[in-house]
Amino acid sequence: MLEIKNLHANINGKEILKGLDLTVRAGEIHAIMGPNGAGKSTLASVLTGNQAFEVTHGDVTFNGKNLLELSPEDRSREGIFLSFQYPVEIPGVSMVNFMRTAVNEHRKYKNLEPLSATDFLRIMREKKELVEMDNKLTNRSVNEGFSGGEKKRNEIFQMAMLDPRLSILDETDSGLDIDALRIVANGVNKLKTSENASIVITHYQRLLDYIVPDFVHVLYNGRIVKSGGKELALELEERGYDWIKKEVDGE
Amino acid sequence: MLLNAKNMEQQYIDLYKQHHESIKKHSADVMNETRDASFALFEELRFPTASLENYKYSDLKEPLAVDYGLNINRIPIPVNPYDVFKCDVPGINSYLFFVVNDAFYPTNDPNALKLPKGVIIGSVKEIATSHPELLKDYYGKLSTTKNDGLIAFNGAFAQDGFFMYVPKNVVLTKPVQLVNIMRSDVDFMANSHNLIILEEGSKAQLLVCDHTIDEVRFLSNRVTEVFVGENATYEHYKLENTHTKTTNLSTLLIDQRATSNVLANVITLHNGVTRNTIEIDLDGEHCETQLCGMVIGDKNQQVDNFTSIIHNKPNCNSKELFKYVLDGFAKGGFTGKLLVAKDAQKTSAFQTNRNILLNKTAKMRTKPQLEIYADDVKCSHGATIGQLDETAKFYMQSRGISESEARLLLMFAFTNDVTELIRIPALQDRIRMLVEKRLRGELSKCEGCVICQ
Repeated sequence: MLEIKNLHANINGKEILKGLDLTVRAGEIHAIMGPNGAGKSTLASVLTGNQAFEVTHGDVTFNGKNLLELSPEDRSREGIFLSFQYPVEIPGVSMVNFMRTAVNEHRKYKNLEPLSATDFLRIMREKKELVEMDNKLTNRSVNEGFSGGEKKRNEIFQMAMLDPRLSILDETDSGLDIDALRIVANGVNKLKTSENASIVITHYQRLLDYIVPDFVHVLYNGRIVKSGGKELALELEERGYDWIKKEVDGE
Repeated sequence: MLLNAKNMEQQYIDLYKQHHESIKKHSADVMNETRDASFALFEELRFPTASLENYKYSDLKEPLAVDYGLNINRIPIPVNPYDVFKCDVPGINSYLFFVVNDAFYPTNDPNALKLPKGVIIGSVKEIATSHPELLKDYYGKLSTTKNDGLIAFNGAFAQDGFFMYVPKNVVLTKPVQLVNIMRSDVDFMANSHNLIILEEGSKAQLLVCDHTIDEVRFLSNRVTEVFVGENATYEHYKLENTHTKTTNLSTLLIDQRATSNVLANVITLHNGVTRNTIEIDLDGEHCETQLCGMVIGDKNQQVDNFTSIIHNKPNCNSKELFKYVLDGFAKGGFTGKLLVAKDAQKTSAFQTNRNILLNKTAKMRTKPQLEIYADDVKCSHGATIGQLDETAKFYMQSRGISESEARLLLMFAFTNDVTELIRIPALQDRIRMLVEKRLRGELSKCEGCVICQ
């Protein structure tokens, strides 16, 4: 589904991704871990088309299409979803209006009729339950006054509404207590199918107890330097990243 | 003769000197009492230019150079606005009135309106003639004290206008709507002088819509004096949707007495050159004042909102909020004068002006001007000029919302807190819809009438 080959990207002239390779197939969950500054969030930003980052080299193919040529909104409509690490607040734009516009733009892209107001509200009610969001939160402006946990749940709610092929969860567990973590992970797991896939970017192994990955990759110095199964995450939890850094730097 | 503002000034001065008898004949005694004095002041001050501090942001040189027709002999225009503007707005039930150019258009049957007992709405000229005692203590009391060339010109040439009187403790349960329509085959100037009197404990809401119909150059110079009695409540909504050849010079003077509550919301959706001068005098304790407005401008539109809030007495609260969205070569100006007199202790006054420029070619100039002479007060001011939030825009794009739609949602969100300050729900919905249309570039000039559809 997603094929990344030799990806190089920089921001403000500083190169962050230095030849990253990654392949993700339908039905798979890939965890990406690594020390700070390795490029984890940069990868998420580049995949979603954030213009602050410049791609200097490499290819990214998504569902057979050249992803790097698509606008951020088209990437979303093709089926990519990013759960932001720090979701922004947008006062004055209501959650309902925001989601309805997004859902209908997705439908238009697929040549479907827009949802009627009643159908839309019905679907909203269904998906809200997935992350235990109540009306109080959806009646407000996007993320306005939301706590950290509420923001993250709101990201997963939006994911449920948009039904993406590939979801990228950027440090979804940061700032969450155990209960919020459980709710968020539960939501993600319920949305998993054999047709879609996830890239879970995380610092801590804890999230991976709830969202069990098929593959674990270590991102260090702008490249994926080690890959393994879920046991790799446990090993990192015990030993940290030093041994990997030594392995890589020693080469 | 070279057409420029200086020469036109002289033309108007000569016109007055030659025809002032005629002007007075076609007006009323109460209005004529201060006419000569206003003219003398205009002769001295002349039209304001951008070299005057108070007109720094208003470029009136070109519009004032046009040779406009003036309807001194009050020849009626053969059109019935009640027929032309046949409208139905779900929910906005209002008492509807028209001023066509510079004359109040008489309603067919005043009794059919079923105004509450004692409420008088009509032509300033007619009522000044039939009930001079109603206007005597009010007409010109606020306007003649101002040292302003446009107000003086209005005092000399205005022969009619809109009049509203609400007696003690009477509450108007429906809003009153005044539509100012300009119609002409030639370039035309209209001066009208409106007078609104709310006695103690009364309540009224007025919606003023400005429209221009024919594709000629119009200049309207309108002065509105409002007297809000003790404990009275007054809401003034102004909506401008005129064409780009219009010059709209509008002065709103409000005098508030103790414990009164005033909301004034001035929205410019489409126009040519606009200058709104607004002054609110708090002349009693415990007044509440909310002054707000919004400007959406593109192409070559110019809007200058020159506002003053004067706290003369203690314990009053005032809040001011103006928001501008400017694109193209639009020019916006805002002045927020706030004066707190020496004895106006425990004043609370907040002023905010937020502006978004969508283009490097749009221009905004903003000037908070605070003069505070009392020492136990809470005052603040804030002005910002910026662009749309790129992070918020990207967030929306990452959900599949196109960039243009995302910008629209953000602009709409930006103007939202001014539309929040509309206390008539049906009007609020209507204005939200018009603002959205305007932001999408879909607003047609006739459609802008709140009642029209």
